[in-house]
Amino acid sequence: MVAAKGGYYIPHGTKWPIMGSIGLFTLLGGFALLLNGNASADWIMIVGAVIIVAMMIGWFGTVIGESESGTYNAQVDLSFRHGMMWFIFSEVLFFAAFFGALFYARIYAVPWLAGEGAGGFATGPWLWPGFEGTWPTNGPGDVGGAFDIIPAFGIPFINTIILVSSGGTVTLAHWALKKNERGKLCWWLFATVALGLVFLALQGYEFAHAYADLNLTLGSGVYGSTFFMLTGFHGLHVTIGAIMLLVMLLRSMKGHFTPEHHFAFEAAAWYWHFVDVVWIGLFIFVYWL
Amino acid sequence: MSTSYAAHADDHHHHGPDPGLLRWVFTTNHKDIGTLYLWFALIMFFVGGFLAMGIRAELFKPGLQLLDPHLFNQFTTMHALIMIFGAIMPAFVGFANWLVPMMVGAPDMALPRLNNWSFWLLPFAFTLLIGTFFLPGGAPAAGWTMYPPLVLQGGANVAFMIFAVHIMGISSIMGAINIIVTILNMRAPGMTLLRMPLFVWTWLITAFLLIAAMPVLAGAVTMLLTDKFFGTSFFNAAGGGDPVMFQHVFWFFGHPEVYILILPAFGIISQIIPTFARKPLFGYESMVYATASIAFISFIVWAHHMFTVGMPLSGELFFMYTTMLIAVPTGVKVFNWIATMWRGSMTFETPMLWAIAFVVLFTIGGFSGLMLAITPVDFQYHDTYFVVAHFHYVLVTGAIFAIIGGVYYWLPKWTGHMYDETLGKWHFWISTISVNVLFFPQHFLGLAGMPRRIPDYAVQFTDWNMVSSIGGFVFGLSQLMFLYIVVQTIRGGEKVTERVWEGAHGLEWTLASPPPYHTFEEPPHVTEAEAHG
Ligand code: HEM
Ligand SMILES: [Cu+2]
Repeated sequence: MVAAKGGYYIPHGTKWPIMGSIGLFTLLGGFALLLNGNASADWIMIVGAVIIVAMMIGWFGTVIGESESGTYNAQVDLSFRHGMMWFIFSEVLFFAAFFGALFYARIYAVPWLAGEGAGGFATGPWLWPGFEGTWPTNGPGDVGGAFDIIPAFGIPFINTIILVSSGGTVTLAHWALKKNERGKLCWWLFATVALGLVFLALQGYEFAHAYADLNLTLGSGVYGSTFFMLTGFHGLHVTIGAIMLLVMLLRSMKGHFTPEHHFAFEAAAWYWHFVDVVWIGLFIFVYWL
Repeated sequence: MSTSYAAHADDHHHHGPDPGLLRWVFTTNHKDIGTLYLWFALIMFFVGGFLAMGIRAELFKPGLQLLDPHLFNQFTTMHALIMIFGAIMPAFVGFANWLVPMMVGAPDMALPRLNNWSFWLLPFAFTLLIGTFFLPGGAPAAGWTMYPPLVLQGGANVAFMIFAVHIMGISSIMGAINIIVTILNMRAPGMTLLRMPLFVWTWLITAFLLIAAMPVLAGAVTMLLTDKFFGTSFFNAAGGGDPVMFQHVFWFFGHPEVYILILPAFGIISQIIPTFARKPLFGYESMVYATASIAFISFIVWAHHMFTVGMPLSGELFFMYTTMLIAVPTGVKVFNWIATMWRGSMTFETPMLWAIAFVVLFTIGGFSGLMLAITPVDFQYHDTYFVVAHFHYVLVTGAIFAIIGGVYYWLPKWTGHMYDETLGKWHFWISTISVNVLFFPQHFLGLAGMPRRIPDYAVQFTDWNMVSSIGGFVFGLSQLMFLYIVVQTIRGGEKVTERVWEGAHGLEWTLASPPPYHTFEEPPHVTEAEAHG
């Protein structure tokens, strides 16, 4: 199967990527069918998702096996590091698109709809006289009906504390790993994953409360759209990050990683910090200001 | 960079590719994957070209003859999406796969499995996209720019189009990460950054643009998806959103995207011209800095596509000035290419012909871009055929000419055979004449007020449309010559030496033609003499 080229490991032949493509095609094709009203398409989606999960287990399993058997030299390790950093950078820009939408709506779109800045020639006030253009808003059409918002200094603030502390615990885990203190490593990692799950539980509770009691939904005009898109997308990333850390925990328990050699752990930690920083942006701009 | 290439026990020796067709599905070899990308791009070039022939046939005379208006709109939309995401971008990634490892002295791409995935996502993405032609209501028809609210009225194709864009985005981002990491981490000893061939430099910067721009497109289409299917109001004014907001997000991706489509072309041209002028590239470092500043400025010009949507005056002015600024580094490049040729011992083999045509014709596109950058006059030109002429000069006589020139330049290296020089020259002259017959009159049509994206037009536009269509048919047919020449060269022909062109510099020319399946397993030591081709 493998042919190492000099010191830099070049795998020879792989079936995982094509499997990933087939899985993604099935999942998204099925989703498109579902959205177009094909009721049984959810089965197609499930098949696609199973293929993707199998692919990820297989692909990462292969890589972990190679890593543990010492196939990767320092240069390969550096390639992985660079790759992960650029991947996180691309995620930052994915979030930037949604933050941009939020800022644009608040700074331009909503005030303009209320007639600001066009020297009295704006069409908004003719179509929708009396629209105030204050934030939060579901727009002049009152899309989704009246709603209440979630105050920043309740669950969101608690969640901020949780996520920031989990950034601390993952760092403690890293220090423990570097000092080769396996027990501490596992415990701090466990604490990190647990904090992540508590965060998700609280977020889930908050969403349910918003839908059930506040009438704040994805359909609550531009406020609801930006709110749920940003927090929901972030929640998805917390989930991914927590799964990554959970895998790291299991691997640590199995005795993987050495004080010098633990790129996967660091990648998961970087990802976790990225998710953390995004949350702080969310807390400030979505909940607080 | 590499330090430890200590010998590593091979499980067993692989000197060549696996037998059988599945080789292409499972391959992790950068040359194989480069070949896959290039073939995929060529196929998409003909699919997109077929749609273009349909468009030009309909526009041959006024009135509706071949395509009903809805189908016509599907053709223009899909033509653009296929050419941009299916032909030009994959072709450049194919070049990068083949050349970057050989140019920097690396054994392969940094992340070979990921490299396979980047390619193998594309056929699936385009199956989703092109499959929409067979849905009730047909393919997307609201333009490649996907503006809401029109695009959301598209019916069954909307979700498929959005997911196709997502998959293409994953492919581009993964591909770009691989290229950037290869360039930053896999260079042979002595291959310092400022010794890299310019093609590698332009791809480094293009990869950065891709990683920064493609996620923004993904975000934009995700908001389209939720607006259509999940009740959000991002682009709905009644809910406090704004359709113009989509245009901002889209063009924040879109303008860097047009530089993604041209920077690798700059790189190819910067390799070809020094070879046939037999002089080193003039102003190598200034080329690097010009490329970097183009990339930077390309993030702050996006609203020049939106001068007529009703932006505040300050915005119109800001985007006008930044757009004109981008002409400065672009001008530096054109100047340097010309200065490279100045007093060189030039010969005019086919690749050089395409490169020279690129310099002249791309510059025409740059000039029309400058005209469009002037806000008050863009009020007249916007959404007319003048814009169509502009972007076809930069994309067809720019990007595509560079790709074709690059294929002629490196095909002997890739196959070991020389292409048929006479046929190549015929291909060049027929293409170059017909492409101008095709696109130059569109400037006149646009200035006279013919709108873009319509299947019918007022009778006074007939003459130039007929001329343009004739040019289009000739250009389209002449590309079949290209296919013929490429296949013929792969199958046989005069054997070439390692260097192929007497004036060629760079590591790839030190390898055999065709290069063995695995190259630079031991890294070369790069000296000044073999630096930047
Ligand atoms: C000197 C450099 C350039 C300048 C100043 C420039 C300027 C412009 C402006 C102002 C527009 C908008 C016109 C309108 O819609 O009213 C435009 C459109 C366009 N440009 Fe350029 N451009 C330049 C180079 C390029 C390059 C290098 C490419 C691609 C390789 C490119 C591709 C396009 C495309 C595709 C459009 C049309 C997009 C659409 O509406 O569908 N441009 N350009
Ligand atoms: Cu632009």
